[in-house]
Amino acid sequence: MAHDARKRTLSTRMSLLDVKTAPYLYIAPFFIVWAITGLFPLLYTAYISTRKWDLLQGDLGPAGLSNFTFVLAQPGFWQALRNTFSIFLLSSVPQIITALFLAAVLDANLRAKTFWRMGVLIPYVVAPVAVSLIFTEIFSDRSGMANALLANIGVSPIGWHADTLPSHLAIATMVNYRWTGYNTLILLAAMQSISTDVIEAAVVDGAVRLKTYWYVILPLLRPTVIFVIITSTIGGLQIFDEPRMFDLTTIGGSNGNFMTVTMYLYNTGWGPQLNMGRASAVAMLLLAVILLVALFNLILSSRISSVDNPSGRHGPGRKTGVR
Amino acid sequence: MTKRRERREHGIRRPGWLTYLVLVVAILIAVYPLYYTFLLSSSSQIEIAKHPIPGLIPQGNLLSNLTRVFHTEGLDFWGAFINSVMVAVIQSASVAIFSTLAGFAFAKLRFHGRRGLLAFIVATMAVPPQLGVVPLFIVMAKLGWTGQLVAVIVPGLVSAFGVFWMTQYLSGALPYELVEAARVDGCSMFASFRHVALPAARPAAAMLFLFTFVTSWTTYFWPSIVLGSQNPTLPVALQLLQTGYAKDMSLIMSGVLLSTLPLLVLFLVVGRQLVSGIMAGAVKG
Repeated sequence: MAHDARKRTLSTRMSLLDVKTAPYLYIAPFFIVWAITGLFPLLYTAYISTRKWDLLQGDLGPAGLSNFTFVLAQPGFWQALRNTFSIFLLSSVPQIITALFLAAVLDANLRAKTFWRMGVLIPYVVAPVAVSLIFTEIFSDRSGMANALLANIGVSPIGWHADTLPSHLAIATMVNYRWTGYNTLILLAAMQSISTDVIEAAVVDGAVRLKTYWYVILPLLRPTVIFVIITSTIGGLQIFDEPRMFDLTTIGGSNGNFMTVTMYLYNTGWGPQLNMGRASAVAMLLLAVILLVALFNLILSSRISSVDNPSGRHGPGRKTGVR
Repeated sequence: MTKRRERREHGIRRPGWLTYLVLVVAILIAVYPLYYTFLLSSSSQIEIAKHPIPGLIPQGNLLSNLTRVFHTEGLDFWGAFINSVMVAVIQSASVAIFSTLAGFAFAKLRFHGRRGLLAFIVATMAVPPQLGVVPLFIVMAKLGWTGQLVAVIVPGLVSAFGVFWMTQYLSGALPYELVEAARVDGCSMFASFRHVALPAARPAAAMLFLFTFVTSWTTYFWPSIVLGSQNPTLPVALQLLQTGYAKDMSLIMSGVLLSTLPLLVLFLVVGRQLVSGIMAGAVKG
């Protein structure tokens, strides 16, 4: 009897230990790998950005803020920042509008739903590098398909690689090609989660289809649109693959006309400078830009929703004069 | 107008031909660049130079162009293919397994710091990991891993998004009663994970596997920095096809075709799952 009882307490204890430790064991693999390859590099970037650090010679002592002041004094950095924003706007704005339109079309009671949904998603499985190589050929300055098609309607050839805005348009086209379908499906899912009661109520009130979309469905989609905008901000401001592949012989075009911030980072660290300190400073600056834009997005979107929503915090009456 | 309104109202009536026309155009835009790639891979350099707008009928040089990709000087394309398969399979399996484990703990087990740690993971999802490349490269160089596949594999073994995704899924899909019943029946924690959580997690884990696979297969930035030209993955190998003064477009496009084809075939099989994965993630996220 006594032996039995002791056995039981031992197993109870073991089981208690199991209950206590198991959760930590389960999350440990994630946290260990993630701390080494995700968190540590980010924190260490901040440290390296204050050091003189050469790729080959290593740490050469403190640099204070000189890496930052150096980078901020380079016209090339500001040009890269402008290019990045320009490409980002050219890719995100038309993309979200197209995605909203396509989602509305896919939201109809279609035959073979899955087929159409899969169809718009195809570009997602093509690597950005591959997309870029395909469109680089289409947008070739001399013998590309885009210029040949334009010639047919009497437009003189465009310097897709040589000129600033055309090169941004070409690169934005690549981004739009790969991501529009993906974002369409996200918006479609949000549309379908809107209860039909809401739509029916609008229709009973006499709203026509287009008005229903504009005044009823779009406002309800706002959280999802904000989600899409924020994720595409984080990705878009880091753009590298497409502009890098667009022209491999010059990095970012002959005048740096499509050099982006991440390409600038790459060039500072692994280009002729081999300067890890300055590359880290660029990374920190880009992080600051991304956080600022994300914050701006959040503030803007919360303001829009509080202005737009008459039953919101600001009470009725706010809406008049806005639209 | 009345007719249109009815459609929206009941949601039963089929849309008209205009809707389908819009979708056909959208899909043509999605598919044409790939068909264009195929057309150029089947052409010779001279034909490409002569016709900037390729005819819709493929030419006869496809096989010889594809063979040339494998015999490009200084490039082991087959090796790059194997490398890409290895990276994608190992990372997808690892992300799926570790995210399921952690997701189970976060969704269904009680422990100190649970909420804080989960909030921490979600917060870090917003911080772009690309920005840590400098120290990551320095660490890999110290370990002597530059140029080796392990340097690409290790940073992608876990994913914050994956943990978040599995936590979300399991908190909805797995009732507490089941976990507790398994415990009462005398299951150890790991046994209850295996027999209760794992079967419930399988659909979401499979989707996570697929998305990680696509991401791994298409990633270029970090592999191009840490691998270099000696031991490339496919995206890096594509860059190597483009070097040289005269761009050989039929060769480059054949490389693009070869590196894209595996994911296109995968898409035919599991595209349906990718669609529902994106749509499920959107509703929850």
